[in-house]
Amino acid sequence: MNWTLALPEIVLALSGLVILLAGVMQRRGQAFFSCAMMTLLALVVTGILVVFSPDGTGYNHIFINDGFARFMKVLSLTGAALSVVLSVGYAREMEIDKFEFPVLIAFSTLGTMIMASSGNLMTLFVGLELSSLSIYILCAFARDRVTAAEAGLKYFVLGSLASGLLLYGISLAYGFAGTMEYAGLQQAVRGSAVLPAGLMVGIVFVLVGLCFKLSMVPFHMWTPDVYQGAPTSVTAYMAGAPKIAAFAVLLRVMAGPFGSMTPQWQLLIEIVSAASMVFGSLAAIPQGNIKRLMAYSSIGHMGYAMIGMAAGTAEGTRGTLVYLVTYLFMNVGAFAGIVAMRRKGHAVSRISDLSGLGRTDPGMALAMAVFMFSMAGAPPLAGFFGKLMVFYAAINAHLYGLAAIGIISSVIGAYYYIRIVKIMFFDAAAPALDRSPVSVSFVSVGMGLVTTFFVVGLGPVATAAQAAASALFR
Amino acid sequence: MHSAIEGIGLGPYLSIGAILLVLGVFGIFVNRKNVIIILMSIELILLSANINFVAFSAATGDLSGQVMTLFVLTIAAAESAIGLAIVTVYFRNRGSIEVDDITMMKG
Repeated sequence: MNWTLALPEIVLALSGLVILLAGVMQRRGQAFFSCAMMTLLALVVTGILVVFSPDGTGYNHIFINDGFARFMKVLSLTGAALSVVLSVGYAREMEIDKFEFPVLIAFSTLGTMIMASSGNLMTLFVGLELSSLSIYILCAFARDRVTAAEAGLKYFVLGSLASGLLLYGISLAYGFAGTMEYAGLQQAVRGSAVLPAGLMVGIVFVLVGLCFKLSMVPFHMWTPDVYQGAPTSVTAYMAGAPKIAAFAVLLRVMAGPFGSMTPQWQLLIEIVSAASMVFGSLAAIPQGNIKRLMAYSSIGHMGYAMIGMAAGTAEGTRGTLVYLVTYLFMNVGAFAGIVAMRRKGHAVSRISDLSGLGRTDPGMALAMAVFMFSMAGAPPLAGFFGKLMVFYAAINAHLYGLAAIGIISSVIGAYYYIRIVKIMFFDAAAPALDRSPVSVSFVSVGMGLVTTFFVVGLGPVATAAQAAASALFR
Repeated sequence: MHSAIEGIGLGPYLSIGAILLVLGVFGIFVNRKNVIIILMSIELILLSANINFVAFSAATGDLSGQVMTLFVLTIAAAESAIGLAIVTVYFRNRGSIEVDDITMMKG
């Protein structure tokens, strides 16, 4: 039994427990900072272990470690570490300064890592639930705030419904294929000329459950409310690691076990992707709250990332992976800007609160402008390359209609991103925002640099994504 | 265990599973009264999948379905604990758990 395959997960799980213990030992109210730092250390150590972990399958084939799993794990660990850094600056004001907070982020990240490595529908479900249950708590973490409680409640109800449907789909797939292992499912699907209807229904249920976690249209209803109500650093986390993990599972399941029936699910993915892109760009236009705007924006981004999956080729998967990298960086950066939106110690989140930021705080305004242009897909920035690669893959896979819808909706989407830039630089100045703490500025500046000079690192990222994609399409 | 499935067949088990699933989903969407009923509906959905797992496991003679059931039961317990905790927090803030009252954020 090759247990060292899961060494990163074991280390993260154990350090989560140790940090929990360390938090209980310390005086109440002082434990948050030290626990956050320890969690950060644990995430970094886990990331290093992931990079050097060997290939192979272990634990009776329920756990797969390959280039693809490593790529996704590093991405979700990066997202988690950045959101821990973001939460340090305003922990007290956001009412999240309890030591359980970073530990819950660590456990949720552990769930996303297990999902990325799943070789069996059982591992998939357990990983998904570990990650989701932690996020339900994180959403309602600011427990004296009614919006946070409502966000937690809504996410819990709809998230559990999605998990239930996913589980029902797994049960049907298990029954009609006779196994829960991806390898066995692949054989069952390849062997039969006509798929059993039960297996087909099961696959659709699994797809619905995962699309819900990804907030794809028509399963997006929860996204704006939950994004708005949850503490901002939780929103920054939710928009990153869990979505990356859901994509990891979708790509692995659809390319592996169900890869030979691509023509049968391709249309479904195309419709979901096109609907998300169009809805994400149209519904964001009337929004006045920047967190709701980011929610619609992330619905749209998931649609773009799914174009690569709809292509159903290694090239498309590579496009999706690069898109997720660029999405993670610009998204965390934009949320760093939103976390820093405070006036006289109170969080503000209306877009009009940003007006005249170009004069009152030029640095922050510049960083926000970079993220907005990048999300709109303006050429030298990171977002452009992600979009370029997925559209290119779609055209090579003869999905001309989908590529056209993507390009049109990204043009429409550019309107509301650039409107924010216009409000920041050309509108009459609102009272100045508070100075942001070092940790938040650090994330904002760092992500701004990464987004601006992404073209320098595009080669290595694309190479790594290519290696990850070819691990799936062997 | 085989004989029970052979005597009755897989159909009735799957039908009960499907009926429970539909009841659970409708319980979430049609119910406008109380959040606790939603928690119960979520449990129904998880249990419907469990019935499927056990029935399939008995029919195919493959134990992994029953292992999965144990995992699902554990997860369902954790899920309802978290759900009740969130409902408690919500009640403390709003003083009500009527489904129609959960409308602070809209748009």
